[in-house]
Amino acid sequence: MTAPTPASAATREAYPFALTELVEHGVDVVAIDADLSVSTMGYQFGEKHPGRWLSVGVAEQNMVGIAAGLAATGKTVFIASFAAFLPGRCFDQLRTSIAQPRGGLNVKCVGSHGGVTVGEDGMSAQAIEDLALATSLIPFDVIVPADFEEAKQALVAVGHTTRPAYVRTGRPKVQGIYSRGYRFEIGRADLLRAGTDVTIIACGIMAGVALKAAELLAADGVSARVLNMATIKPIDREAVVRAAIETGAVVTAEEHQTTGGLGTAVARVLAETVPAPIAFVGVDRYGTSGKWDELLDYFELNPARLAAAAREVIGRKR
Amino acid sequence: MLSAPTVSVSVDELREIAKRIRAHIVNMVARAQSGHPGGSLSAVELGVALFWNHLRCDPANPLSPDRDRFLLSKGHATPFYYAVLAERGFFDPGLLGGFRTLGSPLQGHPSMGAAPGIEMSGGSLGQGLSFAIGQAIAGRMDQRDYRCWVLIGDGELNEGQVWEAAMAVPHFNLGERIVALIDRNGIQNDGFADDIMKTHPAEMFRGFGWHVIECDGHDMAAVDQAMSEAEKPRERPRCIVAHTVKGKGVSFMENNPGFHGKAPSGEQLADALRQIEAGL
Repeated sequence: MTAPTPASAATREAYPFALTELVEHGVDVVAIDADLSVSTMGYQFGEKHPGRWLSVGVAEQNMVGIAAGLAATGKTVFIASFAAFLPGRCFDQLRTSIAQPRGGLNVKCVGSHGGVTVGEDGMSAQAIEDLALATSLIPFDVIVPADFEEAKQALVAVGHTTRPAYVRTGRPKVQGIYSRGYRFEIGRADLLRAGTDVTIIACGIMAGVALKAAELLAADGVSARVLNMATIKPIDREAVVRAAIETGAVVTAEEHQTTGGLGTAVARVLAETVPAPIAFVGVDRYGTSGKWDELLDYFELNPARLAAAAREVIGRKR
Repeated sequence: MLSAPTVSVSVDELREIAKRIRAHIVNMVARAQSGHPGGSLSAVELGVALFWNHLRCDPANPLSPDRDRFLLSKGHATPFYYAVLAERGFFDPGLLGGFRTLGSPLQGHPSMGAAPGIEMSGGSLGQGLSFAIGQAIAGRMDQRDYRCWVLIGDGELNEGQVWEAAMAVPHFNLGERIVALIDRNGIQNDGFADDIMKTHPAEMFRGFGWHVIECDGHDMAAVDQAMSEAEKPRERPRCIVAHTVKGKGVSFMENNPGFHGKAPSGEQLADALRQIEAGL
């Protein structure tokens, strides 16, 4: 397998590279796919390490149970499918067989093709509930990387913990934000742009959109801070509190419904610490087919909408 | 190979152990005034024959990586499971008194690792065979030749995940490593299995590529022999369909859907214990 150009690669393309790196680090990795390995990119790891990769057919529930059995013997297990099916099709198995035993078994769930940018497959394939489901599983870390480099580092990072995790990756190739020098840490937000009037807190593909929104706002004399909150759980409370104190208003941006994902997590921190006006940008309806970039506009997951939300929330400052 | 601290006892002794297990079951459920006696009493011979004569395990070293695994997929049968683990020496039988009470490791459904010998969490049905596949594949990867025995209820066969796993076991050539035990007691939560959702366990498992062994699940010698048969090398995975009676050993519980998940009264308990002792 040849490394893609990180400057323009899909986050899902990082998956086999991260797994290979973990094996090189001496981690006893087993990866499982459920007949979508050509999409999750798991097959590339299977080609490189056939003894460490399994295909279980179209059977997500069985995949989770097999992962639990493997993890119970001490393996570090990765399972992958579309985010619509993992966690959607096997939530009870994740709860009973992974989250509850012994405080959480060492299984990492990788939901690829997250959000609406899966595109032409339409609403049934567009996962806008996966973060709500995954964050409700008590021991799980939940991460939505913004680009190839961050996805690779995040997958390696979860592979070095013994906790269960959910990592969402995406289908489209997106402009890279990070270079190799970046250091991802679970639970730490990354400041992408300094600002004083408002903070846009984004994850996944919306981090890049937020940077464009900040440019639009700058042209109007509005100084927007941009935080990439890749880890939704455990969330970086300190970064949220600082945003509230230093900018006084917050916009959250996610390719997910506004209930149960990033926006909900940020709002909770604000409510518990420094209440500040907040606006939620996300997807609160089921969609349609289309090209991924057309869909971002269709759902108004675009710079113009984020800029409008920022102006609106600034108007609510006291 | 585990250096076999497995015991080997006569069928007569197994029957005496089974009596003690049955007494624990009714006592535990009566004390807790909740729990599932019916599907516990039906599984007793399966559990006793397995834990005393077939399962290669060492209660003093319950996490030995080479141990055979017993996986309780029908997770509501905890009274039976905990009683077997206690009598086999995994933990103090005194713990059984805390069954289903606040703070006890012996929850209504099993919690993995809460007490020695509890291999997996359960309660949501249909998940044990998948878990066994993961354990068996790990055993093959690590060159350990342990076997996984999975106890599944017949009502549980309604769950689709069982069949996802049933097709995967032969696909992954795990015939030497996994044995499925079906407690065919014919009753599930809402009533008789044939009325709720008809299944044909032997035919269904055969259709999925398994070698099926049928036996009378209360004839201790027959159960013991079926398990010996299941241990013989054979390409196809083995499934023992044990024909059992829900509530076996207590007349008013036998074949009575009302005792799937109901505790006996004090008077019924005394009667039940007399009947168990008499070996009805």
